[in-house]
Amino acid sequence: MTSRLGLDFFINLVAAGLARGTPILFATLGGIITERSGVMNLGIEGMMLVGAMTAFSTARSTNNALLGVCTGMLAGATLALAYAIVVVHLRADQVVSGLALVFFGSGLSSMLGASLVDQKEATARIPSLSLSVLEDLPILGPVLFKQNLMVWLGLALVACGSWILFKTRWGLVLRAVGEHPAQADSLGISVLTVRTVCVMIGGAMAGLAGASLSLAISPGWVDGMTAGQGWVAVGLVIFARWNPGRALIGAWLFGTLRRLPLDLQGVPSLPVFHNPNIGYFLSMLPYLFVIGAMIVGSRQALRRRLGAPASLGLPWFRGDRG
Amino acid sequence: MNRIAPSADPKDTTVAMRGMVKRFPGIVANDHVDFTLRRGEVHALIGENGAGKTTLMNMLAGVQRPEEGEIFVHDKSVQIRSPRDADQCGIAMVHQELMLAEALTVAENVALGLRNLKWQIHWSSIERSIEEQSRVLGFDIDPRAYVWQLSIGQRQRVELLRALMRGARILLLDEPTAVLSPHEIHQFLASLRRLTAQGMSIALVSHKLEEIVQIADRFTVLRKGRGVVSGVPTASTSQTELASWMVGQKIDKPCHDVRSPASDVEVLDVHDVHACGDKGFEALCHVSFKVFAGEILGVAGVSGNGQRELADVLSGMRPITSGRITLCGNDVTHATPARFLRAGLAYIPENRRTQGAVTSLSLAENLALKTYRQPPIAKRWGLSRKEMRSFARRLVDTFHVQAVSLQQPAGHLSGGNLQRLILARELSRPISLLLAAQPTRGLDIAATRNIHDLFMAQRKAGVATLLISEDLDELSSLCDRLIVLFRGRIVARFDRASFHRDAIGRAMAGIETSA
Repeated sequence: MTSRLGLDFFINLVAAGLARGTPILFATLGGIITERSGVMNLGIEGMMLVGAMTAFSTARSTNNALLGVCTGMLAGATLALAYAIVVVHLRADQVVSGLALVFFGSGLSSMLGASLVDQKEATARIPSLSLSVLEDLPILGPVLFKQNLMVWLGLALVACGSWILFKTRWGLVLRAVGEHPAQADSLGISVLTVRTVCVMIGGAMAGLAGASLSLAISPGWVDGMTAGQGWVAVGLVIFARWNPGRALIGAWLFGTLRRLPLDLQGVPSLPVFHNPNIGYFLSMLPYLFVIGAMIVGSRQALRRRLGAPASLGLPWFRGDRG
Repeated sequence: MNRIAPSADPKDTTVAMRGMVKRFPGIVANDHVDFTLRRGEVHALIGENGAGKTTLMNMLAGVQRPEEGEIFVHDKSVQIRSPRDADQCGIAMVHQELMLAEALTVAENVALGLRNLKWQIHWSSIERSIEEQSRVLGFDIDPRAYVWQLSIGQRQRVELLRALMRGARILLLDEPTAVLSPHEIHQFLASLRRLTAQGMSIALVSHKLEEIVQIADRFTVLRKGRGVVSGVPTASTSQTELASWMVGQKIDKPCHDVRSPASDVEVLDVHDVHACGDKGFEALCHVSFKVFAGEILGVAGVSGNGQRELADVLSGMRPITSGRITLCGNDVTHATPARFLRAGLAYIPENRRTQGAVTSLSLAENLALKTYRQPPIAKRWGLSRKEMRSFARRLVDTFHVQAVSLQQPAGHLSGGNLQRLILARELSRPISLLLAAQPTRGLDIAATRNIHDLFMAQRKAGVATLLISEDLDELSSLCDRLIVLFRGRIVARFDRASFHRDAIGRAMAGIETSA
């Protein structure tokens, strides 16, 4: 396949970038909800893998993609519940527990998914949205209206997430718990319940991210198929400054960056076309971007300025004060 | 200040606490204390640190549970087991650390407290009602401002506003003015009046006597866990009387009255020292004094008048803005804490668990903290564990620290034992000045006496001692001379012969300056 660096090239790039960015968008939105409530979850990668495997397995055996998405989310939420019990109720260290969750999730999905590898035919998938009239629009048609349903779901969840966080009582309670749990407690809010629910929502979203990967964006199951996208989501939460709208920009930017080397290799006028080794370096680009985001995010002072929840990563319990 | 008379009718009692008892390991924090609060009044709760004021309020707020006693709210007997129970009774407590999320706006913080908040929040209507309510109270608060943009005084008003809008009718304020600047204090006291005018009942924990005289309708004094007086109208009392209630009426028999005269060897010379407090306000002003070998100089004063800053300055932990400090002939004006130690300072800090000892290290390690650089514990580049153990064994035996083993973490010791451990460490090397801040706070009688005896032994050995304390009994029984701090200035000096409780009490209240 060869192409030129023309308008079509960019339209294809953006369209594919939106699709690629969608799983990361789900995972990032979940991460935002979790961290806004004051809990850090580094285990997104593990929950995504288990979600992807479960979703693919269910869809294959029942031939029902929607059911697959549901079980994928359920699997993510279940892992998250275990994580919440460990870090919210038992107050274990969140970094160590999060890493453990990654290892657990990737091991579990690898073991249970061994028989599913390379069986992508004859599996129900999530369909693309087809609106015959709009599809033919110039530029917008291919970018927006030939996309998978999941891309649209991502957009809807961004709007929904912003509304819940900033316009509803539930969002206010959630943010208050992440900012000042003692205050929330003194006003009769159950901090532990709110945090548990938020961690589980984050898990379900990670499961959804996995399901959209194995059932829509790159259908099939391959061991370790998330290839670090869960980690990318952890970085994007910081990049997005805990704001769903910015998460959309970050995820799509990242998806496009990931797609870029693939597309560039098809352009004969570029050196990448002849020397595929350069392509490997190009593939590293998006991860450099995440490393940057993580470095910024790990500096306490800077994190406060970016608007990190004040009690992020700090376990809470009602002490006997005074 | 313009007062609307509160209900004088005892039938209008909103809260009645009877026979409250609360014990903590080693001490009785509240020993059958009674407290009543009437509709529309400000009732001040007075006492020294550790007198049990905060404990009493915590029991009403559901933070701590009483062991005995009954609480009535609006004449109904209630059990307050948690902050949520207190909230149900319409009781709101404003702690010193405010319960506001700084990254959220005023409106968001207030909305969080509203009981009838709808699922979907209409921010504009909430902002309007905050503006309205804040106009009524004269608060001048912008509901759209983020809390981190506000001054401490404004934040306090936000918390009061939230309590009011939540429907609280009983407010408990724990030393609310301790963190405010003088101008803010004035505004704050005025706002309390407007709150009581709306039918609020306010319990105010404080040890600033002039505020109490200015604002409170009645007061209750606690001393060492007991109610000294309960519910006395402020109108019939003067500031001097309050001071003497607070520090206690009866003079304990002086126990250390046979003393040798102090020498004239000057150990510490503090000359015209100024320093700032944590908030940047001037906390010490024109402070000058000398301490001679073989004497104990006491520093008296109501808490928060510069004592903590003075201890910081004399241990090298707080820079001074001007003045001169000389310790044993060495100029230590801008010296590091290490140089103070080398010059012969032993320091017993106010907070023994956070400043005095490393609670997670073992007893032996804690005891070696000031001697580990010298042989025999230091062994070339290493430490000799054996020497450290025998050194610790010796100190533990000499100072009667009751411990299970030398390897147990220091944090497991009781207050008295921990204080003896700290003293053992400080006195384990040659010293010329002993600086002690509130050394017996929270200790039982036996432990207190034990520490007093150690101080007297040091005095006899020719050590100069500076004793900062709020306990006037302790000061009058131990000290050779006494200075009184008020608002960062030395307002009075007393010799042992001229110790007179009323005069000291007046100086502590800032009424008389004889310095």
